[in-house]
Amino acid sequence: MHKLWASTYKEFLLLSRDIGGIAILFIMPLVLIVTITLIQDSTFKTVSDAKIPILIVDNDKGNVSKTIFEGLEGYDSFEIIQKNEEIEAKELVFSGAYQLAVVIPEKLSSDLERKINQNVEGIIEKFALDEDEVSGSETIAPIPSKEVKLYFDPAAQLSFKTSVKNGIDKMISQIETKSIYKAFQAQISDDPSELIFETDKFITFKEIMPVKDNKEIIPNSVQHNVPAWTLFAIFFIIVPLSINIVKEKSQGTFVRLRTNPVSYATVLGGKTVLYLAVCMIQFVLMLLVGVYFLPAIGLPQLDISGKLPLLFVVAFFAGLAAIGLGLLLGTIAKTQEQSAPFGATFVVILAAIGGVWVPVFIMPKFMQVLSNISPMNWGLNAFYDVFLRNGSFLDILPEISLLLLFFILTIGFAIIYNQKKNAV
Amino acid sequence: MISIQQISKQYKGAEHFSVSNLDLSIESQEIFGLLGPNGAGKTTLISMLCALIQPTSGTFSIDGLTYKKHKNQLKQLIGIVPQEYALYPSLTAFENLKYFGSMYGLKGKALDEKINSALEHLGLLQFAHKKIETFSGGMKRRINLIASILHEPKVLFLDEPTVGVDVQSKNVIIEFLQALNKKGTTIIYTSHHLNEAESFCTRVAIIDHGQLVVKGEPKALIAQQEGAHNLEDVFLSITGKALRDHA
Repeated sequence: MHKLWASTYKEFLLLSRDIGGIAILFIMPLVLIVTITLIQDSTFKTVSDAKIPILIVDNDKGNVSKTIFEGLEGYDSFEIIQKNEEIEAKELVFSGAYQLAVVIPEKLSSDLERKINQNVEGIIEKFALDEDEVSGSETIAPIPSKEVKLYFDPAAQLSFKTSVKNGIDKMISQIETKSIYKAFQAQISDDPSELIFETDKFITFKEIMPVKDNKEIIPNSVQHNVPAWTLFAIFFIIVPLSINIVKEKSQGTFVRLRTNPVSYATVLGGKTVLYLAVCMIQFVLMLLVGVYFLPAIGLPQLDISGKLPLLFVVAFFAGLAAIGLGLLLGTIAKTQEQSAPFGATFVVILAAIGGVWVPVFIMPKFMQVLSNISPMNWGLNAFYDVFLRNGSFLDILPEISLLLLFFILTIGFAIIYNQKKNAV
Repeated sequence: MISIQQISKQYKGAEHFSVSNLDLSIESQEIFGLLGPNGAGKTTLISMLCALIQPTSGTFSIDGLTYKKHKNQLKQLIGIVPQEYALYPSLTAFENLKYFGSMYGLKGKALDEKINSALEHLGLLQFAHKKIETFSGGMKRRINLIASILHEPKVLFLDEPTVGVDVQSKNVIIEFLQALNKKGTTIIYTSHHLNEAESFCTRVAIIDHGQLVVKGEPKALIAQQEGAHNLEDVFLSITGKALRDHA
């Protein structure tokens, strides 16, 4: 125990003498969390000051184009700029100056009205034929279908394109439906004020949120981002930790320790205790940022009410898993040039397959399977259980057990590897 | 004290043995010099005796303890002063010594007193709370030495302890080692400074190509070698003048 304490104190002294290292350990994760939350919050929130400018070429000048204008303006995310020429709008978008151009074709409103009237008249006539057996109806001239053209910046994100396409498709469907009702109304009744068809939506949907203390838990970008990026920052501990071990090897202090009556497990134990404390301090700082700093810059507040004990449990075990990985990497790596880039890249890979950037459920099947073996995924799920699903200790038990197992395995492998390597 | 029997070491992938069937016996309280050109097998032999690497064949015992059966007891019995400084540059001399002393189970006031006493003997007490990174080569060598003797080892291995230090530091180190030896510590020492070895060691062994070539008291070896005036003459006549560069 005395040797473990001495090792921990030595690690504390080494870290406390490295002011730059401390700054990186504690300040960079905070910068990361604020930056990512700011970016993601403005991407997803409905009311944003930052509007995306889009171009519209209105060759229709009718009711349909007016409805599309109103619909796009209703998004509040777009700033609409009108252009007269399609070719100009196309060039501006393809050059990257704008993300999107919508080109509404000529006579869209009048042709849509004609088309619908034609169809409605056809149906009415069919009914009349059935009743009166009148024959010899006129041949109807076909009306060509219309195309609303969308030009996207080639660099535009797929999710943005899909979202815009779905929105415009929905608007056009609504216009068509209303026009059909209107045409029927005109055919059936001479009084335009008479209400024959109820055009309000019959089917609507409602999102049901989890409830805690009779209050709905409504997740926001902060509630999603703080745990995800906190975990990312905690796992970044593997970089300084592995460098710490590699440095000991290059300084020769590790050789001295091998001649001392102290086990490698004790040496690693000292590092584990100190770096776990670092992880917990990082976690506290990130919670403080979520609770106090983010609201001060206009972002939603992180809600930690009644969740603190479980959050610390998750952070503790996630920290252990990260430290285990760092100790293993440091044991295997021979130089800092090996450990630092590998560690940084590996954390990014773990974050990617763990679902920090892209939700696991939209990943390809193979990646979903791979995600199950990422400790960052276990940690993230445990954090989401507490933050968003109102989970209990039993809910997070499987995830924290896996994190603990991961720590034991990595430490065990590091000790065995060290024994084998030194048994030359 | 130290009994080495038919010890050999061949590193993985190496064509030749670094140490081959070497027999050696070192008595208690000797200052024994292991001499030899670069690549002769000195460091490999010391590394085996310090339990840093395992012999390919053969055995050795120190004070009756063998590596396989008594690894931790053996480590408690010996001290090693490696050729590299093996200290934490950002820690002070005192912090380094306190940490390495703790690894031998030493603690509290007793440890602090031992550290201060050793620092005083080696002229470093006023620098106890300065960081190692600010020390000169000679000062680091002395701290390196103290870190290995705090637990009062029965056997002290020194791998070129005076390399790269000024005359004053070298003098202090040699005097300190002689004082340790008088108190009962057996010293095994490697060096390329043959004049130093001649005056410092009670016995020397010259090793070449992993094999023991000759051993004895320095004066006796000089007397036996025709035309030799000092240990360096003996060394060159035995090992030759050809360069021993290795890559």
